[in-house]
Amino acid sequence: MSTDLELGLFVFMLATFLGLEVIRKVSPLLHTPLMSLTNAISAIAVVGAIAITGAGHASTLSRVLGFIAVTASTINVVSGFLITDRMLKMFKKREPKP
Amino acid sequence: MTETLVNYIYIVSAALFILALKWMNSPASARRSVMAGELGMLLAVVGTLLKHDVVSYQWILIAFFIGSAIGAPIAYLMPMTAVPQRTALSHAFGALAAALVGTAEYYRETPHGFVMVAIVVETLLGFLTFTGSLMAFGKLQEILPQRPIVYRKQNLINFTMFAIAAGLGVRLALVPEDVWIFPIFAGLSLVFGVLLIIPIGGADMPTVIALLNSYAGLSACAMGFALNNKLLIVAGALDGSSGLILSIIMCKAMNRSFANVLFGAFGQLQAAQVKVEQRAVRSATPEEAAAILEAASSVIIVPGYGLAVAQAQHKIRELYDGLTRRGVDVKFGIHPVAGRMPGHMNVLLAEADIPYDRLFEMDDINSEFPQCDVALVIGANDVTNPAARHDKSSPIYGMPILDVDKARTVMVIKRSMNPGFAGIENELYYLDKTLMLFGDAKYFVSEVIKELPTAVRA
Repeated sequence: MSTDLELGLFVFMLATFLGLEVIRKVSPLLHTPLMSLTNAISAIAVVGAIAITGAGHASTLSRVLGFIAVTASTINVVSGFLITDRMLKMFKKREPKP
Repeated sequence: MTETLVNYIYIVSAALFILALKWMNSPASARRSVMAGELGMLLAVVGTLLKHDVVSYQWILIAFFIGSAIGAPIAYLMPMTAVPQRTALSHAFGALAAALVGTAEYYRETPHGFVMVAIVVETLLGFLTFTGSLMAFGKLQEILPQRPIVYRKQNLINFTMFAIAAGLGVRLALVPEDVWIFPIFAGLSLVFGVLLIIPIGGADMPTVIALLNSYAGLSACAMGFALNNKLLIVAGALDGSSGLILSIIMCKAMNRSFANVLFGAFGQLQAAQVKVEQRAVRSATPEEAAAILEAASSVIIVPGYGLAVAQAQHKIRELYDGLTRRGVDVKFGIHPVAGRMPGHMNVLLAEADIPYDRLFEMDDINSEFPQCDVALVIGANDVTNPAARHDKSSPIYGMPILDVDKARTVMVIKRSMNPGFAGIENELYYLDKTLMLFGDAKYFVSEVIKELPTAVRA
């Protein structure tokens, strides 16, 4: 069965092109917040980590590895989104002249 | 039934991630973008917890708790100057997670075929990004030397190392039962991450962080192939392309190629080329500088990382206010590599409450220098060096620069005549229209501000 692979590659190809188009439109002004945001999104690895840690018949090894992985990606998610928000709050337009 | 529901949840989550990146295109919609990202992540986590094969929750919840307890303080306490370090550290955590999941998957199932290939790619990228990001963190935090660390036959040794790791990876993919290979493969990937980053100098860190961002994304993407999870593939691919674009932008801004950044050990050779030549420069006092600025009708401030080092952002804001109140048109011209990561200088200025519509990218502002009365350079050096335009022998020849030398008057705040990071003399300082303002940026700017009000009241 190679259909999983084919479908996966198809999704990968589309998402890469979409990513290139969308990111190209991001204002250079926001490149630092953008990087924090994508950094937080890359912590999507948490999905795999949860599956490993919470599995029914997991060995001690996979529990431990999974536990570290969930912790590491949670740090990433939490600090990534919060600091992106903190940065974006700072970007203000000029107040209209009184 | 639940599995179908989870898959639909993942589709919504992927759509939210795409929207999150799309809304980053302007500051007005950017706050919404974080919300979309957070919601997408929340859905992904909840969806995964609903899965049938996830039955034991206690360790997951403890890990969530510990992760949040570490992550939240990092986000709130980290000063804005340290954002590049945090990003590097965060890449390290993300990559470690991917690598460990790959490791666990391997030992659990010893899978075959393309799943094993995906696991090999995932762990290779994950482990090398983990140690590589830690090295980048060390360099940015100045725990490690900023200079490139070089030794003989470095590229050859690195390449051999990578070839062995990749060879073992191929072998593992073909014969997954050879369990003894895996630890060696993982170890080599970790070592390669270190070797890859140590020859790269501090000035190239913006490119490197962007590249590591891309690797972390691709590693998550490979995990998606291993677990047959489309959400991981989409999120990883978005990340991978984002990191790639940012690193290309950084390379272009320095007129360098990827290969040159990664294997060139920039900042090594140039140090030897510094000419100790004493030429006459014109200097000015804060009073004189204030008088010139006040008489100008348009001023472009060119900030560099030196401004952040001197903690002068808030003083610059006062200067901006003072001049704007007197009807002077003040803009900021920002070079793409100003700061320690892409867009870093914008964040530092935004933190000091400088309105973002006054911040201009290099390509947008360069045409305005000839009509501008004063270009004020603070803590920037190489990105203003006209030699980049005409001196073919200069190491920075061809690098796009801010054309400050075309302004009617140029003022440069600088501590001394020492050359900048790349160790290159800046001929801008010797032009007739250039005034050197010697001193610490923060101190000098506050002296200038003190001179401003009296000049007006009189």
